[in-house]
Amino acid sequence: MIVSRRESWLGRIMLIVLMLVTVLPFVSLFVTALHQSGTYPSGLSWPQTPHWSNFVNAFKVANMGHLLWSSAIIEVGVVPISMLISTLAGFALGHLRPPGGRIIFIGFILGLTLPFEGIIIPLYYQMRDIGLLNTRWAIILPLIGLYMPFAVYWMRAHFINMPQDISEAARIDGANTWQLFWRIHVPLSMPALSSLAILLFLWTWNQFLLAIVLVSDPMQRTMAGALGAFQGQWGTDIPMLCAGSLLILTPTLIIFLIFQRRFVSALLQGSLKG
Amino acid sequence: MGQRSTMTEGRREATSVPRFTTQSRRRSLRARRLRRGALALILVAPAGLAYLIFVIRPIAMTVQYSFYKWDGVTASTWVGLSNYLAIFHTPELSGSIVNAFELIIFFSLFPVALGLFTANAIRGFATSRLAVVARTVLFLPQIIPLVAAGIMWSWQLSTNGLVNQVLQLVGLGGVTRAWLGDFDTALPAVGVIGAWVLFGLCMLLLLAGMTKIDPALYEAARVDGAGPLREFFSITLPSLRQEITVCLTVTVIAALASFDIVYIATQGGPGNRTLVPGLEIYYACRGTHAARPGRRRPSSVDEP
Repeated sequence: MIVSRRESWLGRIMLIVLMLVTVLPFVSLFVTALHQSGTYPSGLSWPQTPHWSNFVNAFKVANMGHLLWSSAIIEVGVVPISMLISTLAGFALGHLRPPGGRIIFIGFILGLTLPFEGIIIPLYYQMRDIGLLNTRWAIILPLIGLYMPFAVYWMRAHFINMPQDISEAARIDGANTWQLFWRIHVPLSMPALSSLAILLFLWTWNQFLLAIVLVSDPMQRTMAGALGAFQGQWGTDIPMLCAGSLLILTPTLIIFLIFQRRFVSALLQGSLKG
Repeated sequence: MGQRSTMTEGRREATSVPRFTTQSRRRSLRARRLRRGALALILVAPAGLAYLIFVIRPIAMTVQYSFYKWDGVTASTWVGLSNYLAIFHTPELSGSIVNAFELIIFFSLFPVALGLFTANAIRGFATSRLAVVARTVLFLPQIIPLVAAGIMWSWQLSTNGLVNQVLQLVGLGGVTRAWLGDFDTALPAVGVIGAWVLFGLCMLLLLAGMTKIDPALYEAARVDGAGPLREFFSITLPSLRQEITVCLTVTVIAALASFDIVYIATQGGPGNRTLVPGLEIYYACRGTHAARPGRRRPSSVDEP
């Protein structure tokens, strides 16, 4: 491709400026967190003596250990079950193609663009009636349902591209549908499954609305939900708030940096498919 | 690819055209297909059930509630469309919907326009080291909780924050203010947070789309004497129709679901300047803002 020198430099400068705009808020958050607790520093200034202890304090005050545990429980409740049932459904709709499958699939698609705000009130009463309000189940169960449109869509898109010949071969060798699924198709679907797992993990970890509406005790919520309560409590103590926010976004940051490539491609594909 | 499709066709002929089979054989084939179909439906059932209980039923309830006057505890009464009419007569409610639409401009148009511009500027070196680093960095806002983005930015936009610091540095000290507390700037300031969160995703989606465009098209255009502007409008933009649609869909949904950011950054204030439907629904739920769930329901239904 022919690209003139001037154009290329313009692009580079723009890219660097945009990267700065993206990163500077993080940097500002970090240096502010190092200031003396209770002071009101300016946006980007290195403190005279960095107070590293702020992080320790924020960890203790926010009860971060417990929050990590709570988030982990919710993740364990949501992700494996969502993966299992959506993969089964995606396999059936994309590969076995039962009669009426098309209509079922369109039914799932309809939920794809639903903002959670639209159904939060009925969910609240529904959870209250089952008696699960203010327990972690109130986050876990609705999330599984709410992920179904995307997860089924994602897995169906994967299975529809699997050649039927594989299944024919397996059936001739005497495999029934169950064996076909577990022995042949699940191992072949690992890339699609891991991308889905990453997306579901991230969305659950960052889920805020369901957490603060359906669970009033911050200690039973996800990390993001607890951050809301933390802000309510420490909103006036800027360095403390910054330290707390940093601690809460660190886990996703670490996981992102480890699985970077897969993350980016999963999210890009995810939105392209969705 | 070609080989695969001929193979599947061959197989289909072998199984679905039972030309030489007897009557009974045909019947057993059909029975097997029915059995497999039933099995497939059973496999869909768990996902379908979760979806029905936690998405379809609530949607139906939302629609149903919207025709009733109900305080959430005592018996409800049918009021027809009056809740929907109330949206237009109650400035607080209609205002929140107008705000949501204003946010769409910031959440959707800005990231997509800026993303198009940037992606176009860097497509020439999309595989260079700088661009690979940028891919990771620009993605950061997507993976942190929106709540964290809200906290982060309410600090940057405050009186002492980074934004004002930068403005002073470039000699614009006169316009500094508490951006989220000012009646005129609160909503755009919230919009800027959303644009910051969504820009990276849009840019990368569009860039990915641009790398799929055949370079020969550009070379042919250059040979014909087209400038960069002409190239952009005649080749790049038309080829990206799908990606742009996706970006707009994703960002409009994000704008309608802007609850997280608004809740953290402004709680709807100052006044009702940044009130959005999501926030009203939350207040209705928690009963902190005069609990009138029956009255508020339509605002949620209106969201597509």
